[in-house]
Amino acid sequence: MDIIGLKTNDGTRKRKDTETGAVPRLELRGMTKIYPSVIANDSIDIKVASGEIHAVLGENGAGKSTLMKAIYGIVKPDRGEILWEGEHIDIINPAHARKLGIGMVFQHFSLFETLTVVENIALGMENQNDMEKLSKRITQVSEKYGLPLDPERLVHSLPVGLRQRVEIVRCLIQKPKLLIMDEPTSVLTPQAVWKMFETLRKLSEEGCSILYISHKLYEIKELCHKATIIRDGKVTGYANPADETPSSLARMMIGKELPVCSQDKPDINGQKCLEISRLSKKKADQFGTDLNNISLTINSGEILGIAGISGNGQRELTNAVIGEWLSEKPEDIMICGNPAGNLDPGERRKLGLGFVPEERLGRGVVPGMNLLYNYLLTAHRHNLINWGLILFKKTSDFAKKCITSFDVKCGSIDDQITSLSGGNIQKFITGREILQEPKLLFVSQPTWGVDVGAANVIRQSIIDLRNQGTAVMVVSEDLDELFEICDRLVVIAGGHVSPCLNVEDTTKEEIGLWMNGMFPGGPAESLN
Amino acid sequence: MSADTILNILVATIAAGTPLVYAALGELVTEKSGVLNLGVEGMMLVGAISGFITMAKTGSLFLAVVCGMTAGALMSLVFAILTLYLMANQVASGLALTIFGIGLSAFMGIKYTSVALNGVPELHIPILSDIPILGRLVFSYDILIYLSLLILAGVAWFLYKTRAGTILRAIGESPKSGHALGFSVIGIRYLAVLFGGAMAGIGGVYVAVAYTPMWVEGMVAGRGWVAIALVVFATWRPLRVMVGAYLFGGVTIAQFHIQGLGIEIPSQFLSMLPYLATIAVLVIISRDKNTIRVNSPASLGITYHPENN
Repeated sequence: MDIIGLKTNDGTRKRKDTETGAVPRLELRGMTKIYPSVIANDSIDIKVASGEIHAVLGENGAGKSTLMKAIYGIVKPDRGEILWEGEHIDIINPAHARKLGIGMVFQHFSLFETLTVVENIALGMENQNDMEKLSKRITQVSEKYGLPLDPERLVHSLPVGLRQRVEIVRCLIQKPKLLIMDEPTSVLTPQAVWKMFETLRKLSEEGCSILYISHKLYEIKELCHKATIIRDGKVTGYANPADETPSSLARMMIGKELPVCSQDKPDINGQKCLEISRLSKKKADQFGTDLNNISLTINSGEILGIAGISGNGQRELTNAVIGEWLSEKPEDIMICGNPAGNLDPGERRKLGLGFVPEERLGRGVVPGMNLLYNYLLTAHRHNLINWGLILFKKTSDFAKKCITSFDVKCGSIDDQITSLSGGNIQKFITGREILQEPKLLFVSQPTWGVDVGAANVIRQSIIDLRNQGTAVMVVSEDLDELFEICDRLVVIAGGHVSPCLNVEDTTKEEIGLWMNGMFPGGPAESLN
Repeated sequence: MSADTILNILVATIAAGTPLVYAALGELVTEKSGVLNLGVEGMMLVGAISGFITMAKTGSLFLAVVCGMTAGALMSLVFAILTLYLMANQVASGLALTIFGIGLSAFMGIKYTSVALNGVPELHIPILSDIPILGRLVFSYDILIYLSLLILAGVAWFLYKTRAGTILRAIGESPKSGHALGFSVIGIRYLAVLFGGAMAGIGGVYVAVAYTPMWVEGMVAGRGWVAIALVVFATWRPLRVMVGAYLFGGVTIAQFHIQGLGIEIPSQFLSMLPYLATIAVLVIISRDKNTIRVNSPASLGITYHPENN
């Protein structure tokens, strides 16, 4: 609380400066953007002073990204004015925005993987041809802000955290007056988040304004001087984050209390549902990770979380467990006591495996098909097929049950799956797998890009499934989520799996360190 | 086989490979920007007949090349408008372009069927061309062959050493990211497609005016398709494209000589050889997954819809 108090003073001082008549760096008046199906922004007003870290808080789909794209000149607003340092302007394109001194770090990276760091940065600048000079400046700037980078590396060979660093350095090198950061921490370890905050505070002290987009309440409380909260494209409030509590911010953001999962774990006498012993696998290509001697056990009635920064072997481990990659020794992977290492995904499902993949469209559901057929996709084994014919009545009953019990918002089961929002598709997939009553459920990134409400439904249903005695394995990058739902945690780093920890016995900081490979028997390679 | 025969084969190899060097380099640039134009054969044919008619009427090689390039570029402009402005499917549009080109070139060439030209003289550089062996092997080709090498070097330099080339490659990998940085994805792709058309055109001119200076309907004879295959099997790298093109030329010439020696192999098998050999060799040298991943344009053939604004 003390720390936050200090920051409040700091922030208040800065605001006083701006309130004594100084022109705001950026002012938006009545910004409106209408898409055919939805009003993304509805008369939004925002003022950002120089040196201010201004949060734009809202759920997925609230219209934050559209608004930022309008400021950066990627999207043309239908109505509204932009005032830059007191002057009316139309921002025509990103090059124009950069010229004004606006930099943007995208949520989904806008990097070119097959180019080097310096080439990527050169592309984001006007008339930058001297690569050697630029390399030197990259090294200089990146070290000044504590974000060291090797300019000659190819981007595809960098871990996600470093890729984001490239994006940030690309902005910093142009000495921006306004930096837009779209959900920058979603891929970072807690340590990396603190480090980035230091950089941002330093920038703010130098007079650079920052628009910080996030739905993580504690980050905004920790970092930002002011906040604008957006819901369904409209501003629902302006706040001083230091004066608010997470729940008051959440009320403005989602219109109700922040939902919490209820735990009350029953005492279940666990049997081994999944046993991986000394599994090793060479990577399939240069972009993969070798799996090194992985051993894991999951018992019925518990949730095991696998923490780690993406690209550290999660994909390989997932493929090995669900059967997209076959092991030479069947005993490497035992599902409910059966050797399964050489079985294909269908055969493993027969043994009681359920799977919710990270990629919703294409792997979880077939985009071009309706909900009914997508239900059938994995559930057909449960007597929904008779002599090769689909039992439509039975299937549609199940699909409807899935929709009602998991709160999937859709028109009917004949709707195309792609007409649903990401959160609803995820609820549908999770529901489909749970209704098949798996003995072992593998869930990869359960709530990626899902709004708070849907995320809560999904987490709660995973917990309920555990309480019924299913073993659940959750791969996630979101530490808050893992700490909320898991019983035990392991960390995967560089294809090594850490020793297992009980959630009550560890902290996010410890897991964060382990995510960098610093655990007993880990690769211990620092990402910095 | 005497040393002289070998020398003859080598020299003829370069000429046989040159149309492929042109067409494949053009296609390489087009594909690097993320556009798959399967109309190379058609563009080559229209370029060939345009160049041939100009050469027959004026006798000027320069004008023939300019007309051939313009004709190829115009053909590719049709393709560009279809795929980049009207957002039509690239594969279907490319195939249609080839069929259109075959028909159009045959129609334009009705009056010129079996008309022969004098061909393009080989350069004679004093002293250099007179060096034994080396003189013939290096310093005594026609000017279009030297031009093709110049363009090869230019394309390699452009793609890997200039900002514009980096932008082109970036667009081919991720048009969305390029758009977010403020590059005109569609504009750049137009230019790349037009360059591809012009290069196919000059490749066609070379076939009809220099390599076999006589008009025969459909005389490009599948070289356009080989050029497209070359680009893929050479993993989108200019130097490998050249190696592949000359390999194809070499085997083509060698099999003529083998036929001439009277060896008892059905000629159809020998005619097959250049295609087989080129593909086999390129597949073997480029089967490394990493090279493919790093060099292949990730957005190839996918229509890009600029973000709604």
